[in-house]
Amino acid sequence: MINRFENIIIQTISRLLIPPIQLYALYVIAHGHYSPGGGFQGGCILGASFILMVIAYDIKETKRMISEKINTIFISLGVIIYSGIGAVCLILGADYLDYGILNKIFSVSPAKARALGTFGVEIGVGITVMAVMVSIFLNLVSGGEHEEAQE
Amino acid sequence: MDFIISKFNYWIYIVLMMIGFYAMISKSNLVKKLVGMNIFQTAIILFFISIGSKKGATIPIIQDSHVDAVNSALYMNPLPHVLMLTAIVVMVSTFGVAVALLIMIYRKYKTLEEDEILQILRNEKWPNTH
Amino acid sequence: MKFFALIAVIVTGLLLIYGTMDMPDWGATDSPPNTHVSPRYIEKSIEETATPNVVTSLLADYRGYDTLGETTVIFTAGIVCILLLRRYR
Repeated sequence: MINRFENIIIQTISRLLIPPIQLYALYVIAHGHYSPGGGFQGGCILGASFILMVIAYDIKETKRMISEKINTIFISLGVIIYSGIGAVCLILGADYLDYGILNKIFSVSPAKARALGTFGVEIGVGITVMAVMVSIFLNLVSGGEHEEAQE
Repeated sequence: MDFIISKFNYWIYIVLMMIGFYAMISKSNLVKKLVGMNIFQTAIILFFISIGSKKGATIPIIQDSHVDAVNSALYMNPLPHVLMLTAIVVMVSTFGVAVALLIMIYRKYKTLEEDEILQILRNEKWPNTH
Repeated sequence: MKFFALIAVIVTGLLLIYGTMDMPDWGATDSPPNTHVSPRYIEKSIEETATPNVVTSLLADYRGYDTLGETTVIFTAGIVCILLLRRYR
């Protein structure tokens, strides 16, 4: 149970910092082909931005940004994107998760199609990791009540 | 001396792993057991990462992408990195589920000490026993 | 009780240290994990997947099933946390 406290310095700094953190998380996910990064790391950074919001403000303020319903949908959406890309490959006539066949849709070489399939999979992984981090943190820190402890 | 330099990384991880193992089997507080399990997993992750290292090699990101034949001696072994990347996320998941279970245990028994929980369980009247 | 735990830990640690005598040296380029399949991944990654970061192509392409199961693991962990703890009023 966390108690609500208000500190103008912490709130201002975190309000300034949260958008660059989220932008950096999207960069880490999207640039994972050329630099260290990928779905897991970017998803963790994206979840950490919401966790910073919970710490600096409170749970109610955070749930205005990302409500519980949306968050629970995101948990499933990542897995659906991942297995959906695999199923698309299956429908187009290749093996499950064999992205080379995606060149029938995107009209690029099979190697580039594999890079595109990898990118889609990373997006799915990132969404799931972000939503699970936020969900686990909110449930653990408030004991499942999703509201602050009253003094 | 050469022998010590070539093997001391394994010894460090074994010491770390044994610290976690001792916490898992000797502490009676469930949270301390959980922390011991995390130290154990960290030791295993460091062990796998050190297996994949090569002398004179860099991280497995191919820098000159126009070269046809890539020299594999210049890049580290990417396979342990991938396996441990998934292991880290599984570690976070197990930690979250374990802490959730600990919260449920605390709500029911009002304690996290193992022997006290066993004492409560022994004194409980089971409804279905004859 | 703690004494026996300490004895067990020390014996296990000594056995593991004895086991490291046969492990490859630190940074050895000809050790078994560095010679079998990983050179193939490094050499063919650009050609087959157009991805310079070998870890990413290995994670999502060569071993896609592994990552799919692992995503399912964290999905299950999130759902279990919600089911165990969340209390609606």
